[in-house]
Amino acid sequence: MASQEMEQLVRRDYKEGFVTDIESDTLPPGLDEDVIAFISNKKGEPEWMLEWRLDAYRKWLKMTPPSWAHLDYPPIDYQAISYFSAPKRPEDRPQSLDEVDPKLLETYEKLGIPLHERAALAGVAVDAVFDSVSVTTTFKEKLAEAGVIFCSISEAVKEYPELVKQYLGSVVPQTDNYFAALNSAVFTDGSFVFVPKGVTCPMELSTYFRINAENTGQFERTLIICEEGAQVSYLEGCTAPMRDENQLHAAVVELVALDDAYIKYSTVQNWYPGDEDGKGGIYNFVTKRGDCRGDRSRISWTQVETGSAITWKYPSCVLRGKDSKGEFYSVAVTNGRQQADTGTKMIHIGEGSRSSIISKGISAGRSNQSYRGLVKIGPRAKGARNFTQCDSLLIGDKCGAHTFPYQEIGNSTATVEHEATTSKIGEDQLFYCQSRGISEEDAVSMIVNGFCKDVFQELPMEFAVEAEALLSVTLEGSVG
Amino acid sequence: MLEVKDLHVTVEGKEILKGLSLTINAGEVHAIMGPNGAGKSTLSSVIAGKEGYEVTSGSITFEGQDVLEMEVEERAQAGLLLGFQHPVEIPGVKNIYLLKSALNTQRAARGEGEMPAPEFLKLIKEKIAEMQMDASFLQRSVNEGFSGGEKKRNEILQMLVLQPKLAMLDEIDSGLDIDALRVVADGVNSLRAEDRGILLVTHYQRLLDYIVPDHVHVLIDGRIAKSGDAELARELESRGYDWVLEESAA
Repeated sequence: MASQEMEQLVRRDYKEGFVTDIESDTLPPGLDEDVIAFISNKKGEPEWMLEWRLDAYRKWLKMTPPSWAHLDYPPIDYQAISYFSAPKRPEDRPQSLDEVDPKLLETYEKLGIPLHERAALAGVAVDAVFDSVSVTTTFKEKLAEAGVIFCSISEAVKEYPELVKQYLGSVVPQTDNYFAALNSAVFTDGSFVFVPKGVTCPMELSTYFRINAENTGQFERTLIICEEGAQVSYLEGCTAPMRDENQLHAAVVELVALDDAYIKYSTVQNWYPGDEDGKGGIYNFVTKRGDCRGDRSRISWTQVETGSAITWKYPSCVLRGKDSKGEFYSVAVTNGRQQADTGTKMIHIGEGSRSSIISKGISAGRSNQSYRGLVKIGPRAKGARNFTQCDSLLIGDKCGAHTFPYQEIGNSTATVEHEATTSKIGEDQLFYCQSRGISEEDAVSMIVNGFCKDVFQELPMEFAVEAEALLSVTLEGSVG
Repeated sequence: MLEVKDLHVTVEGKEILKGLSLTINAGEVHAIMGPNGAGKSTLSSVIAGKEGYEVTSGSITFEGQDVLEMEVEERAQAGLLLGFQHPVEIPGVKNIYLLKSALNTQRAARGEGEMPAPEFLKLIKEKIAEMQMDASFLQRSVNEGFSGGEKKRNEILQMLVLQPKLAMLDEIDSGLDIDALRVVADGVNSLRAEDRGILLVTHYQRLLDYIVPDHVHVLIDGRIAKSGDAELARELESRGYDWVLEESAA
């Protein structure tokens, strides 16, 4: 029947599904102060860091999980998750790729990210996180020359404690929300980037994540700081293997931009979305926030998401500085039985602050997607401006798209614009294209790419190519 | 060029075409008229390859090829193009992009390379002027926010650009005012060529004043009940369809 064919169009085989059989040094499930102490100890953290974690944990115990999202999922048993998993290695981390477990390198090969090759050709420094431990950080010397610090958060805690103490939790405080509190207690790794005054980071920085051991939550903590006049472009790309149980991913990303600084944060996300019945995918509950602390500072979030069973994230900007600028460009694709409640928050505090939101949601299969956006103009934000464009595309007739825009305007000189469209790709449109000689696959691709163009052109080049491919794979089925 | 032999087509369990036969040779303009529900749209939809139509028996050959064995896009690439009665909107895909993709796909199917951009733009500008359309339409999404008349002009524009071997126009005149009708008719007439066939499916005779057909067929109750020339169309206009039924029953 015609509608079944339509659904086949949007199914895909998750190519990344496999498990590396490396022995993992994994904690049994459960969370208490001992577990946190174990994590801190494993990482060789100083006392103050452990205290910070425990402080967050105690606050978390007093909080309740939020339930306002337009999402439907069974309650998470936080005691059934293991909070630490590391590949079995001697205490010393490998100093070069030669020392890395060959099975790990094989994993990266399979994922299409041969570390050495990519790093060498593209000039991208890769801080590869395998489960909860950073395996290797390349190109440290090049960055060191420029004065840029790019390392794992664990390393930063030990090597640059002053910087970490100064900025950690300053954008997303421990009690910001339930998942941020949890993350603050049990984060196991993530990236730390510091770009000093006036420096433009000489290469795009990138990190790959992977969740391997069953039942392991991945809790990354990333902190990126650009001092006055500094600039950096950071790429986050993720893949995950097939699993039967849901895996929780509750990361926190904090960005700080001082005067005239610019941070560009791009994500191409490819988590396992769960099988046809929605079973076994990743739960992606992330808190991402950028603080445009300085005048004329600028932070842009660009993301293409095609994975996760459940996605709950609102990369946001706090526009403190005068004439600061926040941008959010997003393409979110949901398929099968995925659910997403995502969007952004632009909080205008400084005079002349501006924000731009372009959100494209594509729903297919039986998925459900909600855009939730907040544009808040504070009383002192004279002349603030926002432009929001939020478009939904529905493929087939079993999916859903919802929009919850919020505008809180506290200054009468502000300009806030909101445009929204909802459209549908149905068999009729495909037939129309085919009747002009265009194949079904090309037709879907054409329609979807046209829809996402505004966002794709914001992605760094190598990501743009990956993103387009990812989109076609997500929406391709057994056509022809 | 096109041979339809004893075609039986069922839609949702009901037989709509009950043994329809039709031959269209290159250079000819055929018109199919008939009361509502007779199966006019069904015929063009089946030839184009739309889903939901079951061919229970009979055949359709185009330039010797078995059409029923071909995919929708293959039929179009072979030069069989359908002008829709109700063209659908495709938001996000610009008109110019659709035209370019379709044209280049056709060229690829014929073993030709892509048309270079400057040449393409020149071609488009020419055809837009012919159809008295504004160039701004190119940047708009396909049929999005178009009036009925604009949509029909778009269908003909596509024909002018894609140069089909057989153009099937499904009620191209519905919803058009006199001026639009004239422009559309001029467009269709400019398509007339020795190596091209045109099939017009129409409800009203008026269109045929502007596009004078070589053959007129009356489709009643799933079959072609009578064929004639342009005169037949005028007779139908004044007498209706009943007399044709009576005649064929006799």
